[in-house]
Amino acid sequence: MELIEIRNITKSYNLGDITVPVLNGVSFQVSHKELIALMGASGSGKSTLMNILGCLDQPTSGEYWIEGEEVSRFSADQRAVLRNQKFGFVFQNFNLLPRTSALENVAMPLTYTQDHLSDRIARKRAAKMLDRVGLGDRMGHEPSQLSGGQQQRVAIARALINRPPILFADEPTGNLDSKTSDEVLKVFQQLNEEDGVTIIMVTHDAYVARHARRIIRIRDGVIVDGDDTERQSPKATQEDPGASAAETGGAR
Amino acid sequence: MKAYRSILTALKALRRNPMRAMLTTLGIVIGIAAVIAMMEIGAGSAEAIKKSISSMGANVILILPGTASSGGVSFGAGSVMTLTPKDCEAIARECPAIRNVAPIVRARAQIVYGGRNWVPSSISGTTPAFLAIRDWTDLAEGESFSERDILNANKVCLLGQTIVRELFQGESPIGKAIRLKNISFKVIGVLSRKGANMVGMDQDDTILAPWTTIKYRVSGSTLGNVNQSSTSSSTSGTTVNTLSNLYPGDESGLYPATSDVQQADNPMPVRFETVDQILAAANSTEEIPMAINQITELLHERHHIRPGEDDDFNVRDMTEMSKTISDTTALMTKLLLCVAMISLVVGGVGIMNIMLVSVTERTREIGLRMAVGARGRDILRQFLVESVALCLVGGALGILLGHGGSMLVRMLLHWPIKTSPMAIAAAVLVSGSVGITFGFYPAWKASRLNPIEALRYE
Ligand SMILES: Nc1ncnc2c1ncn2[C@@H]1O[C@H](COP(=O)(O)OP(=O)(O)O)[C@@H](O)[C@H]1O
Ligand SMILES: [Mg+2]
Repeated sequence: MELIEIRNITKSYNLGDITVPVLNGVSFQVSHKELIALMGASGSGKSTLMNILGCLDQPTSGEYWIEGEEVSRFSADQRAVLRNQKFGFVFQNFNLLPRTSALENVAMPLTYTQDHLSDRIARKRAAKMLDRVGLGDRMGHEPSQLSGGQQQRVAIARALINRPPILFADEPTGNLDSKTSDEVLKVFQQLNEEDGVTIIMVTHDAYVARHARRIIRIRDGVIVDGDDTERQSPKATQEDPGASAAETGGAR
Repeated sequence: MKAYRSILTALKALRRNPMRAMLTTLGIVIGIAAVIAMMEIGAGSAEAIKKSISSMGANVILILPGTASSGGVSFGAGSVMTLTPKDCEAIARECPAIRNVAPIVRARAQIVYGGRNWVPSSISGTTPAFLAIRDWTDLAEGESFSERDILNANKVCLLGQTIVRELFQGESPIGKAIRLKNISFKVIGVLSRKGANMVGMDQDDTILAPWTTIKYRVSGSTLGNVNQSSTSSSTSGTTVNTLSNLYPGDESGLYPATSDVQQADNPMPVRFETVDQILAAANSTEEIPMAINQITELLHERHHIRPGEDDDFNVRDMTEMSKTISDTTALMTKLLLCVAMISLVVGGVGIMNIMLVSVTERTREIGLRMAVGARGRDILRQFLVESVALCLVGGALGILLGHGGSMLVRMLLHWPIKTSPMAIAAAVLVSGSVGITFGFYPAWKASRLNPIEALRYE
């Protein structure tokens, strides 16, 4: 059974009278322990797709299976539980709570878990997570006292606190310089290799995408090249429109 | 999401902006402080009134001489007719709704014991029934005078605590002789402590003696300058002066026989012996109106007042008076409570305003919390707990402030106050409900946010 399978997902927004199609039938599968880069130009619908994958948003049509369960018609509460248990999110702009210590930021998702952990255990687990991303010595620091790379690592620790099988990252290095980007990407690779966390990261940066083991390319709401399995592609530049157009919509 | 965790989360959120939290809750603080202070002061004065009412004695009815419309205008024919000891006896005999009745003759004089002297605020001549009416039969020391003392106009007296303190300073006054207008009175009893009455007069600054003694031995001889209440409440001064010439202060036992004869000789209502007041007690509170009617009827008959004529006496009901006072206090408390409630509503609107601002400001945070698994109801609860916590902190501060305020009032103005656990419980409840009422809409708004839109919010 695949970890994730989407079939013919579409998404369109209604802006007044006109309907704007963003995703036009996207299908692919994700196996356990993959490290995937979702690539595409700005405005191509990467974030929209990722939000649907992360159950933050619902598709207009199509099927979405997680571990054999169809979740695209889940209620808001069911999706909340799913997000809490199965997904971790890392955002481009970190989204840490201001004036709140790194430790408390990391422990925050535990507030919404069903197996109410005691405060002490929650903090212990958060501390371990911060250690894991190399910030064991910054636990008391507030976001304003941390560098961008450190903030993003705090965000990663927060995303992982509930030990989710899947981590979604939307342009995780978009606000970082190349050196701190490398730090973050290294953490991702480690997590993927050592802990077996499935990671789907959205990026428009080929350099970032090169750290993934599989690249799914999206353009104008359709997948143009989704079959780069297990290949650290040497294609340095953005996708070549002419070459990849033939493979449109390819699931593996 | 456990309750204590929501409270913790809410407190953390409030701690991020403590100054704003304080200012937001100020309206609640002031509202609750006002409620608490009003309740404590109101309850205190109600208690004080209740206490002074009970110190007056239960179901007391006061009969005063003079015209009903005693504004000075109709101070004519009717006011010649004053109350007599005979009236008092008739009331005791013929008014079934009356439990006890006692005449009162007042005097004002200096009393001397040894090297010390004192002018009591009240010197009353009366009968032992007076003590029964005033619920004062339990003497601190000694015993009361008897009917026999009244018949013989014996020179005995009971002292109030204040006088004992002022004149005797620790030693027992029983059996000692005090001098009152150069007449020696033997102290046979000491009254128990009563404290201040409704208008703040010290009820322990008093001497009680047989009314005949005061009438014929004290007021009689010195009426012109000391018996103020007698001269002011009636125009019987000349009559009494004549009387005191007829019956010099030394002679005793004159009153019963002569009075009868004189009454027989004088069908005209000229009162030779007058008393300043008659104090009566009804059998029960319910019978007070009945008792007043009985007294009025009886005195109409005895004073030959025809229908339509003005009364030459006043019947006053103490409970009526105290009810008016406590009604006024209750009304004041209610009005002030209204003001306090309005300030609470204003405070609540302030809370709502700030919570709405807070929800808007923290839209991204809400989106993030939803992304990591918060359900709509978790968000609703979090913001609700936040506004309730804000209000409860405000309420707690308000309770302290209000209590402090009423303590200050007690210290500076000497008003009676009474801490009321009910008021504190109500304050907590009210501030909590204000938090829920005015926090609900912002919290509901927050819970309805779409996670994506919230996360994208700039
Ligand atoms: N809430 C929305 N309402 C209307 N159009 C939207 C909304 N969100 C995204 N879009 C549109 O969908 C398209 C894809 O957006 P997005 O998925 O954010 O692109 P990417 O992340 O690849 O840059 C864009 O053209 C954008 O204008
Ligand atoms: Mg995007």
